[in-house]
Amino acid sequence: MAFRAAVITFPGSNCDRDMAVALEKVLGVPAIRVWHGIADLPDGLDFIALPGGFSYGDYLRSGAMAARSPIMQAVVNAAERGVPVLGVCNGFQVLTEASLLPGALMRNGSQNFICRTVPLTVENNQSLFTSAYETGEVVRIPVAHHDGNFFADDATLDRLEGEGRVAFRYAEPCNGSCRDIAGILNAQGNVLGMMPHPERAIEDVLGSSDGRALFESVVGGLITA
Amino acid sequence: MKVRVLVRLKPGVLDPQGRAVHHALEGLGFSGVEDVRIGRVIEMDLAGGTSNEAIDEMCRKLLANMVIEDYAVEKLGEAEHA
Repeated sequence: MAFRAAVITFPGSNCDRDMAVALEKVLGVPAIRVWHGIADLPDGLDFIALPGGFSYGDYLRSGAMAARSPIMQAVVNAAERGVPVLGVCNGFQVLTEASLLPGALMRNGSQNFICRTVPLTVENNQSLFTSAYETGEVVRIPVAHHDGNFFADDATLDRLEGEGRVAFRYAEPCNGSCRDIAGILNAQGNVLGMMPHPERAIEDVLGSSDGRALFESVVGGLITA
Repeated sequence: MKVRVLVRLKPGVLDPQGRAVHHALEGLGFSGVEDVRIGRVIEMDLAGGTSNEAIDEMCRKLLANMVIEDYAVEKLGEAEHA
């Protein structure tokens, strides 16, 4: 059966189309586009993506409003059933606000919006999302965010590191994130949130194709499962 | 019933905005500014009889992010809004 991936669109999402294009390029089948205002996801999903953007204009806090929108309860339920969920940039902010991932994304330490391609170290290639990378591999993936400064208390950070749940780390300081964390996994390993945009790095003409392996990892994981 | 919620970053959480404002105040020549922290004030008009528990739940579920923020609830006297 064809791989069924869904991309959620919130009001103010702006990377939803890029995400859908990236998924289609890697999967060979179009992703299902889902509007945030409905309460149910399509049946039989293999993958859910929460895209980047500025949902609700970042009102209150980045991702705070989107995390309480009707579709999110269905996303939480799907995540708890083990469906892979990827949140990129604003999607990562939504995942933390929805408590699917620990910590919070605060204003960048420099106060500046950061928009450039950065080197990331793959910290753990044992996850559903990173199996096509090598541990320790440095990949180049763009970031574009104002609120990407990952914060969690020391106990949470120690737990994330101890359990191998730091998926990606900035190879050089980027936005002030605690321990240079760029992407983290939930305890079950089926939810990944990351500030860098793998969907913007899927072919060389875009400047990097290093993001493609993330999507290939997910597809490969399901085929071998 | 008027309620004012003050949402502040928890002590120890770095506040880059506060730090930038601190530097700007010094740049304007104000001396003696030792620290600046920026928070958010949310004023709500609530139906009479709204319970304290309900207000706390609003704060914990949405108005504040308990990972990084604390909140304080202040019920405003009618006089202030007369």
